[in-house]
Amino acid sequence: MDYKDTTWSLIKKNRQSYGLMAPYYILFFTFTILPVLMAIALSFTSFNMFQFPTFVGWQNYTRLFLENEIFIVALQNTIIFAVVTGPLSFILCFVFAWIINELPPKIRAFMTLVFYAPSISGNVFFIWSYFFSGDREGLVNGTLIALGVMDDPINWFRDQRFILPILLVVQLWMSLGVGFLAFIAGLQTVDRALYEAGSVDGIRNRWQELWFITLPSMRPQLLFAAVMQITTSFAVADIVTQLAGMPTVNYAGDTIVTHLLDIGWIRFEMGYAAAVATILFLIMVGTNKAVQRLLKKVGT
Amino acid sequence: MSAEMELRDAVPVKKKEKKLAKRTKKLNRSLGGTIFLFIFISIFAIFTSMPLVLTISNAFKPLDELFLFPPRFFVRNPTINNFSDLFIIMQEGWVPFSRYVLNSFIITGVGTFGHLMCASMAAYPLAKNKFPFQKVMFSIVVLALMFSPAVTGLPNFLIISALGINNTYWAVILPAFAFPLGLYLMKQFMEQVPDSLIESARLDGASEFYIWRKIVMPNVKPAWLTLIILQFQGLWVTTGGVFLRSEELKPLTFAINQIALGGVARAGANAAAMLITAAVPITFFIFAQSRIIETMATSGMKD
Repeated sequence: MDYKDTTWSLIKKNRQSYGLMAPYYILFFTFTILPVLMAIALSFTSFNMFQFPTFVGWQNYTRLFLENEIFIVALQNTIIFAVVTGPLSFILCFVFAWIINELPPKIRAFMTLVFYAPSISGNVFFIWSYFFSGDREGLVNGTLIALGVMDDPINWFRDQRFILPILLVVQLWMSLGVGFLAFIAGLQTVDRALYEAGSVDGIRNRWQELWFITLPSMRPQLLFAAVMQITTSFAVADIVTQLAGMPTVNYAGDTIVTHLLDIGWIRFEMGYAAAVATILFLIMVGTNKAVQRLLKKVGT
Repeated sequence: MSAEMELRDAVPVKKKEKKLAKRTKKLNRSLGGTIFLFIFISIFAIFTSMPLVLTISNAFKPLDELFLFPPRFFVRNPTINNFSDLFIIMQEGWVPFSRYVLNSFIITGVGTFGHLMCASMAAYPLAKNKFPFQKVMFSIVVLALMFSPAVTGLPNFLIISALGINNTYWAVILPAFAFPLGLYLMKQFMEQVPDSLIESARLDGASEFYIWRKIVMPNVKPAWLTLIILQFQGLWVTTGGVFLRSEELKPLTFAINQIALGGVARAGANAAAMLITAAVPITFFIFAQSRIIETMATSGMKD
């Protein structure tokens, strides 16, 4: 019997397992794998949804990087979003979960809700447009004027100096999601015996305990949460279009994803949009893989 | 080795340690540090909850308080007029409000149930059996966690059109069945189901489907809840976008967004609408959070 036969017989032996997996994987292939492959293929074509795509080589990519200033701005904004909200939200997730873990169970449950709620409450981020409303009645403008800090209201979401910083705050506010929950659960599974052993070995305070025991034992959660936070931080789009408009003033808050939506769904340049999607895919997966490699070195 | 290998170990839930944690006294805790951390977390908690508190406060503000100068954070003369305004606006639309609610319930309900079934059925063999291509199949799902649906949006439109399900509920529901996060989390949870349980059922001649349904699933109830909450939250906020073009198929979130764009005249109704959309997933989480803790506490006793 050669190797191929063995594989085949193993497949046959496990046919029930494959049967159980079939519904998920058929759909997963159709709506996740195939679209990625299609996006890569379409990125080398010119396609308007009505005529058959024609092959154009690297033209979409050269256009993006050499002729499209908006894409470069969107790319910069996306990187700013990712660099600021990615690591920061990751650290906040961990620090908050770590502090919350020390609280009594009832308060812990309440605090978990407080920090997790923004990420699940859908359109509540719209309330930020009331905070930063452009007229005197807006909470921030009104307060600042009433305090005499300034005389005229600032149109926060239409002033390109403020669009990006405010959006960063909003994004951070709603970024304590699944990664945060993973930390909360993970902290409770750290072996208590390790803490006792550590205390015998001369660990004196909670900071040493955090550094020498908790963090190294949390590595699986750290890796998982990193993936969640990185992917989210690169995908910022909804808060931009809903709060600052589409496109934003002078593209000050536009990201790769909003740019993708713009050229794909409004201008129907599918090949071009596919090139943007492919770049987004490569950036997301590339960053994730790199950070995984980095995190695995920590504590070893 | 690869990132996927490490990721496999994430999110374990061990019951024994949780019980132990209650009994063990906290070591190495200085009072000063505790006070500092408590103040630190409280400041952030206030900042984080402010928008939510304002959402609640605004929903009960009469219109003149919404446009007051200087603005006030808390409501002075609470009213429920905003909710009745919202109700009236919703009745004016040519699609009745109840239709949006129904659509949202169909999409989140079917999408969540199907996802739970498909993901857990696939997660069981991945977690417990050994067969060719197993590692590849799982690591490809992990890879899918690393990019967002924005990447796949455009081609998905072509695929959904080709399947002839464009502008039906299925266009939103079917892709949701195969979201990667649920499978990933479920597989991690299932790895803790004792092998002996599965082995003894297998010796009795049980089929894999039977083992999944009667042995594995009853032992991973906390994971059910986790999947249900996450999937529910994801689907609840969907507007359907280009996949649901008919007004009578649009979900509640879409209708609410439209009101939000209505400007000054609808500010009151908008505030009420925001509270309603937020209240549903938050209530759901409050309910499920305590259930998860409860489920884990009782299952810990058996250990």
